[in-house]
Amino acid sequence: MARSDAVAVTVNGRVRPVGDVPPHTTVLHWLREIGLTGAKEGCAEGECGACSVMVARPDDGDGTRWTAINSCLVPVGSLDGQEVVTAEGLGTVDDLHPVQHEMAVRGGSQCGYCTPGFVCSMAAEYYRPDRSPAPEPDRERGPNGFDLHALSGNLCRCTGYRPIRDAAYALGPADASDPLTRRTTEPAPLAVATWQTYGDRAYVRPTDLQTALGLLADHPDAVPVAGCTDWGVEVSLRGARADLVVALDRLPELRELHVSDDAVDIGAALTLSEVGRGLAGRVPLLDELFPQFASLLIRNGATIGGNLGTGSPIGDLPPALLALDAEVVLISAAGERTVALAHYFTGYRESVRRPDELIRSVRIPLPLSEITAFHKIAKRRFDDISSVAVGLALDVQDGVVRRARIGLGGVAATPIRARATESALEGRPWTAETVRAAAEVMRTEGTPIDDQRASAAYRQAMLRTALLRLYADHAADEGRTA
Amino acid sequence: MSSLSERPTNPVVGQEIPHESAALHVTGTALYTDDLVGRTAGVLHAYPVTGGHAHALVTRLDPAPALHVDGVVRVLTAEDVPGINDAGVKGDEPLFPSEVMYVGHPVAWVLAETLEAARVGAAAVEVTYEPLPSIVTVTEAIEAESFQGGQPTVRRGDVEAGIARAAHVFTGTFEMAGQEHFYLETHCSIAQVDESGQVFVQCSTQHPTETQEIVAHVLDLPSNAVTVQCLRMGGGFGGKEMQPHGYAAIAALGATLTGRPVRLRLNRTHDITMTGKRHGFHAQWRVGFSSDGRVEALDATLTSDGGWSLDLSEPVLARALCHVENAYWIPDVRVNGRIARTHKTSQTAFRGFGGPQGMLVIEDILGRCAPLLGIDPVELRWRNFYTAGQDTPYGMPVRHPERLATAWNQVLTSGDVLVRRAEIARFNATHEHAKRALAVTPVKFGISFNLTAFNQAGALVLVYKDGSVLVNHGGTEMGQGLHTKMLQVAATALGLPLNRVRLAPTRTDKVPNTSATAASSGADLNGGAVKDACEQIRARLAVVASGELGVPAADVRFEDGVVTGLGGGETTWDELVRLAYVQRVQLSATGFYRTEGLHWDSSTMQGSPFKYFAYGVAASEVEVDGFTGAYRTRRVDIVHDVGDSLSPLVDLGQIEGGFVQGAGWLTLEDLRWDTSDGPTRGRLSTQAASTYKLPSLSEMPEVLNVSLLEHAHEDGAVYGSKAVGEPPLMLAFSVREALREAAAAFGPPGTSVDLASPATPEAVFWAVEQARSEHDERAHVVEGSPGREPEQPSPSAEPMRPSSERVQPHVRSGV
Repeated sequence: MARSDAVAVTVNGRVRPVGDVPPHTTVLHWLREIGLTGAKEGCAEGECGACSVMVARPDDGDGTRWTAINSCLVPVGSLDGQEVVTAEGLGTVDDLHPVQHEMAVRGGSQCGYCTPGFVCSMAAEYYRPDRSPAPEPDRERGPNGFDLHALSGNLCRCTGYRPIRDAAYALGPADASDPLTRRTTEPAPLAVATWQTYGDRAYVRPTDLQTALGLLADHPDAVPVAGCTDWGVEVSLRGARADLVVALDRLPELRELHVSDDAVDIGAALTLSEVGRGLAGRVPLLDELFPQFASLLIRNGATIGGNLGTGSPIGDLPPALLALDAEVVLISAAGERTVALAHYFTGYRESVRRPDELIRSVRIPLPLSEITAFHKIAKRRFDDISSVAVGLALDVQDGVVRRARIGLGGVAATPIRARATESALEGRPWTAETVRAAAEVMRTEGTPIDDQRASAAYRQAMLRTALLRLYADHAADEGRTA
Repeated sequence: MSSLSERPTNPVVGQEIPHESAALHVTGTALYTDDLVGRTAGVLHAYPVTGGHAHALVTRLDPAPALHVDGVVRVLTAEDVPGINDAGVKGDEPLFPSEVMYVGHPVAWVLAETLEAARVGAAAVEVTYEPLPSIVTVTEAIEAESFQGGQPTVRRGDVEAGIARAAHVFTGTFEMAGQEHFYLETHCSIAQVDESGQVFVQCSTQHPTETQEIVAHVLDLPSNAVTVQCLRMGGGFGGKEMQPHGYAAIAALGATLTGRPVRLRLNRTHDITMTGKRHGFHAQWRVGFSSDGRVEALDATLTSDGGWSLDLSEPVLARALCHVENAYWIPDVRVNGRIARTHKTSQTAFRGFGGPQGMLVIEDILGRCAPLLGIDPVELRWRNFYTAGQDTPYGMPVRHPERLATAWNQVLTSGDVLVRRAEIARFNATHEHAKRALAVTPVKFGISFNLTAFNQAGALVLVYKDGSVLVNHGGTEMGQGLHTKMLQVAATALGLPLNRVRLAPTRTDKVPNTSATAASSGADLNGGAVKDACEQIRARLAVVASGELGVPAADVRFEDGVVTGLGGGETTWDELVRLAYVQRVQLSATGFYRTEGLHWDSSTMQGSPFKYFAYGVAASEVEVDGFTGAYRTRRVDIVHDVGDSLSPLVDLGQIEGGFVQGAGWLTLEDLRWDTSDGPTRGRLSTQAASTYKLPSLSEMPEVLNVSLLEHAHEDGAVYGSKAVGEPPLMLAFSVREALREAAAAFGPPGTSVDLASPATPEAVFWAVEQARSEHDERAHVVEGSPGREPEQPSPSAEPMRPSSERVQPHVRSGV
């Protein structure tokens, strides 16, 4: 493995040795220390995007996808051998990049502090290989195919966003002769085995699963990380430090996606962005969820395994996966075991996973229910944490609910199944009367509390209206098809 | 047309140009204070020692354990302060407190070689606290009679007579939340000491002069030994008007004690937990309407949540009282104000400076009462507009009220309001689970600092021998485009193309005794000063040109770098400058500006404190989901009065950005303090970007049409323009009122709903529930004359002190 003195990152086309820095040093702080102060710290928790930079990540084929991430969350060691582009690397004052030009002339910057981050997020979307003019632009997609969700993780306090949206929608196709466009046609840098140490602390990236499992078996206190979108917040906001951080996000064994006749098996280290692209619409419930899950900057790093591994009582995936009857495949040096997600969580941020085990994949049984929905209750539509999250999956045959699976987040110490509600639905006719009665049962599920996101009363009300809404939406669908 | 407002032919002002730093912004090369750390050798990092009590005495503070942490250089405590241990000007903000007044109040600061060492060191400092009872909410403060500062009243006529005259009298209360500034760049200072002991502080501050004064009084230095520079700010919004001083002083103190540069940057958590915010307000009111819906009388008591110290709470309150009537003529008025002292951050200036809170009171009243009066809210507002010849309750003539009517009608027309409201009625009739509404609200906002003394500014314009021009002025750039406008003003006044003029960072050793860049007045004041300096130089150059071209000086014209004698020859600017130098003509000038015609008596709350009013009108359409209370803003139409715009792209940005920020305050941004009796009482639970949500792209109105009001020349301001920083924020009232009306649409016609502020989806959901239930106990507006009289100010309350607005010389303590 590469030792500390060999850890290096290619920044704006130039190889930069990382030097002797503590392993918790974020990409953002390191960039600023080497004089690239374009990326800013606005929140240090991946919420504002002022730190956004582009990294070269493997595309779904053999090419490279410029991928915007929050540089405030990831340790610099995680980019060993990787390529980064910052706002400074896109263009210069005398030779602005098309994204920079549109932002500048349209009034896309006022104080300018968030601007380098916006520019990087926007540039990643500018280079997106499958971006093409949209015949029918909608509220979140411009005529040039620009997906506004690309900017869902960037906050601006000055402009009100209209000029930023106009800049995004004014972008033409990426020029084929642009070096960054050309770069997308070549493979992305491979993951590099990394062993970065500083004093007693180390950041380690094994390149195979057995080494990773061995490390975890030998070091029960090691912190396994993937996208660092959760651990990074602990580090920057709460001063968490670990003696050993083990990076899993590039382990090939954890990055596979299989679809068979009876299940979809999603590798734990695939990012949510990769999962969304890989599933290609096969699981509509997840397609409904992903755009509501944090921001694209986060989804570009966050993994399905990490989301389950942190065991948040809210984390938006578990309610959806509970509704899908998903199973968790755990692996250790001793072997594999499969646990139903409904039995996985044991308490607040606790689960049946042993310290020496990793989540290898998440398995969703097929066929899927016909009626599914994901309801996220939050203050803000882009990039907010749910006060209540509801995953719903119903099988209705001949007007009768044959099977109901409902997952809830934000109403108990762990994500839970709404089992009483499921019982109130199953075997009953799919009618407004059944739904109204079941909605009253659902209102009493869980043990919601008052907190800064919502009152307990509102959470209960949202549990109650979720089924009413599903029924109204479904009835509307039926009306349309009829 | 005044000489101040008149424009020459082909002026650079009025041209639509991008922000002067736009190319630097987009390439990441624009520097902010913290970007200087890596460009400065040997920097020490400061980190605060904080505790978890809302109110407590510090009984013991032992820095020794921190000094054992590797990398820690020094711990700063009260004993280190050579001058005044106070971060403000009123003596109520100890820099190193012996009594903690809010959760997170720093009691000491650790300096270390790295930020990591400073953080670990701060955790090692041992502090013992003796907890004391705390007051966290305004209502607790009202009950405990915990007030601070003056308790002023704006009064006109006889409010009892007005109430008695009214056909309908309603009584209610209203509480609105404050707002976190959430400038993307947190507070930051870097201080250095030079070889002669002069202190140089680079600071993200809207008020470099006051930062300089506070640093000087903490260090016991005269002002001439302290220089403050602000390169630019990553947003200010009022949050860096008063709040940066103490942090700058800590950095400066550390630099003087260690001889090394000290950087103090608040991380986001510290910034949110330690620095002041927009004041939340509580209002008790009764209002009388005539049978045709005219407001006859308003009797109200506004209590602002000042937090732990006075800060700018008095002038904020004064502006709230001076805006409580917004755009409406009210014959009989009594509006009392008082400031609660609570154990929270010291609330401070925030875009609008109390104006929005005052105006929200009357807009909330109209929104709640319109259904009870059976009058369409659009009609109710229109009927009550000021007309020519009327005065505000504080005795100031309302000039140009017809502009408000013009803007209103323009919005109704361009926004197709009548047609769309009919469409909305049809939509609502056919949709059980979603309702739409369209509301129109006006803005009238007074421009100038309430306190007359602040309405002055200076500039220093330097012309070099090669003809290039460097402009210094006292205003700071926080994204509002002030520097862009000042460049345009200078280029216009000198008759030069824009590229011959540069602007230097704001420094107290270039322009002294500046006012804060605040109160939307930056361009008015500094523009006047820059123009004055340029005109002095131009006048001298005209004399030189007169000799050269053989025409009277009055017949020399400067335009686009060419100097022409009327009826004579011409020369270039560069040649003329060279000639002037050879003739020993001074090529630099200081400029000065004072706003004429202002007077204000803060003891009687009467006068004409404002140079003019800025007007605006917005129409917003929303759709509310009945299942969740979630909503989206479908379309917004705005007509706003910026006079003759100095810089249209900049002004458009201010209008849109202000509107969205206002909508954030009113709908999304939710400051929640722990009001329980538990161990975390007084803690701000929304202290991070993950819990305190700003508007993002997803909250953008789907359609946003903004027009500048035409024929809007303002005679009393530079080149006929008007201030634009604050007024557009209040255009967002239209969103809130639309949400109220959409929620009401879930109930029967004539439903009056109370809407909490902020109107989060949860708040809107409860408003929907209130509308749906016929006998809801949450409805708080009560009809009946004479209504319930609001609480009156304590006779023993101190008067408003102009000193609260910082003109009193600093009192030296400890001697």
